[in-house]
Amino acid sequence: MAKDEIKTPFKLVGTRVPRPDGLDKVTGRARYGADFSAPGMLFGAVVRSPHAHARIRKIDASKALALAGVKAVVTRADFPTGLEGEKWNLQDNAMAGDVAFYDGHAVAAVAATSALLAKDAAKLIEVDYEILPHVTDVDEAMKPDAPVIRAGAADYSVPEGMPPNVVRYLDFGHGDLEAGFAAADLVRERTYKTEATHQGYIEPHACVGQLGADGKGEMWVTTQGQWYVRWMCAAVLGLDAAQLRVTPSEIGGGFGGKTTVFMEPLSLALSRKAGGKPVKIVMDRSEVLRATGPTASASMDVKLGMTKDGTITAARAEFRMQGGAYTGLSPVGEALQCAFAPYKLPAVSHIGYEVLANRPKAAAYRAPGSPMGAFAAESLIDEMCRELGLDPIEVRLKNAVTEGDKSSYGPTFKSIGLKEVLAATQAHPNYAVPLGPNQGRGVATGFWFNYNGDTSVSMAIAEDGTAQVAVGTPDIGGSRASLGLMVAETLGIPYEHVRVNVVETGALGVNEPSHGSRATFASGKAAVLATQEAIGEMCRRAAAEWGIDPEAVEWVDGAAQPSGPNAGKFPPMPIAEIAGNMSATGGPICGHWQGLPEGVGASFGTHVVDVEVDPETGKTTVLRYLVVQDAGRAIHPSYVEGQYQGGAAQGIGWALNEEYVYGTDGRLQNPIFLDYRIPVASDLPMIDTVIVEVPNPGHPFGVRGVGETGIAPPLPAIANAIAAATGARLRHLPMTPPKVLAAIRAGADG
Amino acid sequence: MSKIHVSATVNGDPVEFLADPRETLLDCLRDHLDLTGSKEGCGTGDCGACSVLLDGRLVCSCLVLGVEAEGKRVETIEGMAEPGGELHPLQRKFIEHAALQCGFCTPGILVASKALLARNPDPTEEEVRYWLAGNLCRCTGYDKIVRAVMDAAADLRGAA
Ligand code: FES
Ligand code: FES
Repeated sequence: MAKDEIKTPFKLVGTRVPRPDGLDKVTGRARYGADFSAPGMLFGAVVRSPHAHARIRKIDASKALALAGVKAVVTRADFPTGLEGEKWNLQDNAMAGDVAFYDGHAVAAVAATSALLAKDAAKLIEVDYEILPHVTDVDEAMKPDAPVIRAGAADYSVPEGMPPNVVRYLDFGHGDLEAGFAAADLVRERTYKTEATHQGYIEPHACVGQLGADGKGEMWVTTQGQWYVRWMCAAVLGLDAAQLRVTPSEIGGGFGGKTTVFMEPLSLALSRKAGGKPVKIVMDRSEVLRATGPTASASMDVKLGMTKDGTITAARAEFRMQGGAYTGLSPVGEALQCAFAPYKLPAVSHIGYEVLANRPKAAAYRAPGSPMGAFAAESLIDEMCRELGLDPIEVRLKNAVTEGDKSSYGPTFKSIGLKEVLAATQAHPNYAVPLGPNQGRGVATGFWFNYNGDTSVSMAIAEDGTAQVAVGTPDIGGSRASLGLMVAETLGIPYEHVRVNVVETGALGVNEPSHGSRATFASGKAAVLATQEAIGEMCRRAAAEWGIDPEAVEWVDGAAQPSGPNAGKFPPMPIAEIAGNMSATGGPICGHWQGLPEGVGASFGTHVVDVEVDPETGKTTVLRYLVVQDAGRAIHPSYVEGQYQGGAAQGIGWALNEEYVYGTDGRLQNPIFLDYRIPVASDLPMIDTVIVEVPNPGHPFGVRGVGETGIAPPLPAIANAIAAATGARLRHLPMTPPKVLAAIRAGADG
Repeated sequence: MSKIHVSATVNGDPVEFLADPRETLLDCLRDHLDLTGSKEGCGTGDCGACSVLLDGRLVCSCLVLGVEAEGKRVETIEGMAEPGGELHPLQRKFIEHAALQCGFCTPGILVASKALLARNPDPTEEEVRYWLAGNLCRCTGYDKIVRAVMDAAADLRGAA
């Protein structure tokens, strides 16, 4: 059911109000990362390794330091030693130690009085490298004789005798796999590959960092999570976290890529060395592509058993992923967990290998791992549906999980909306549009867990009865609007009477970033609970005024009113009146909530795509696109649709165009937007959406989280559509025209 | 390198600044004139976040040198609304259609769209898509952007 057809009991939730930061953002006033300046500010530039793998023999900065206006140079020698685990990963990635592990790895940084001067000075820093053998491909990196990236980096999970670059091993599942495959009428096993892609946010990383000799510092930065920046910078530099105050700017997209640090600690190190002057560092696009956190590349085997009527009897996945030269960063676990999540499986087995390679340290990218897992699993399901002559939605409906089913990855599902999503997809007119020659239709389903995370929200009633809310989750795509709607709905006041502020680290307890589709769920739930606390206080103030028991006061439509036996005894006391008297009745009226919000609700989506493939060139054109996804509840439907459309567009880019291309020298060959080509307006059609609402009982308004799921289905859906259009099955992304053409020419099974 | 004195008109106001000959117009707008509404997404002419009008022509200000602005008229996002604050219909429609998520591409897309509607007041969906093909947006999938531009065009035609 589309959102707009649903009658809800809400006045504001579900309406399409203008976002509160809209005016700033259409007039150029909104301040993003690079738009901030501080008095006396210096500018930083970073020297980066041109080699995929090299020992750093010597760094000579004397020529740079001799330039007038150059104020500081830092190398790894300026950072504390002895870090371990992820703290060491972050430090070593921010600034290489003895070894540069990838093309673009930072080896030194310089601060000067102008950006141009800093760049000139960076060129004068001489680095003596001893080039080491490198490996960038995941399958190559797993060979026993591959160059060893970091000896001894494997964790306890890796069994004896594995190749040296395997650093993490996963093995989980349930049921009798052999019996499952034996019960199938059709068993197929295939291998799939996906290349690394970048989140591609249009705003490059930027920050201004300031750090004094007293260990007190400040930072203004574009980030999805200011507390993450704080703990990470503090860890890398050996600072006390509470002494660092981090203020998030407006953020020009993140998609997971701005949940960690890259050059941020360097600006602080430079500032400290330059006598505490603030230092601004803004990455250029090639630095973003070479040296931030793209997603992993993957090599995946999937085996499925299916009966003639489409019942899946057993599933096995073995995934190999590289996430750069550091451990714990490839989303191989999530990929495995998501791959078969839509299906009720009597027997399933997952094996995963995390492998080191000479590539940048992977970061989260929208539903990390889920797109790769979906590509492999959903492609094979489609292939088997075709072989058995079955409708792909019918087969998915037949196997779909529902409340109470054990998931493929272990836990039992609570209320979920997969069947509702599939039914809405089947009923949509796009599924029945007749297709022409060289055209094909593809269907695929995707999944994301959704997430809660540490959350702290405060709200306060202003003197005139309006409300302010302090949240720690940066607004990437309209979350101020959805939070404002929920608070206004709860208070019973106009949406315009609420101001939602994204605040700095000094203003709240620790918050996790806006990631995992958690902002509207977690900050939203916390904001509602904080608001209820303030409402309780307002009821107490009214009760005292009336001389009745506070329990006998209820909050209705923005006012306290006597209830029960006292009902009607006093006229309702509106919020403005209570607020106006607050200082005489007990002081400020605030609400606060902190904790880990329980009740996360998982989300499923199904996409239908129609493509046309040019048989002469192999070029794929997306003709029609449909996203159907369970939102739980759409607080602001326009921004929910926007998440569906944006996720689909990123997935379409991943499927057809985008990839990290490495040369034999281990250098990234396409570090600009001209060559790392993301979809442009003329590549895409309108993207149709259906918001399904199966409310999440764990959230006061039913929210599940909507950001992640939509990026997973496009990869397999487009592969399935190309197979339908051409008979050629592509199992290696991206499906570029040359690859599609080669697959068509090679015959039905490319 | 010694700096060069540049005089230009920006959003109707006379301005002067000293430009290093290597600085782009985008650098000069942002760093010397405090007009940070134009954004740098790539610096190579591929994303359109830096779009401005130079003597009425749509350009990527990252591909124009600051010194080239001498004697020219520059229009940026900061000059799009009326001086009193009334929004251009494109700006209004972008808010109304939720045509921005992070908003980083928005200034460039608004400037480019205004240039489109100046030469083609009644563009088809395809014309909008091809005109905006030089403006990358990573958040929206372009759907709501295209709708907002077409709706603003209809609005402007109605007003004309
Ligand atoms: S910054 Fe000028 S086109 Fe990207
Ligand atoms: S709204 Fe984020 S890039 Fe367009």
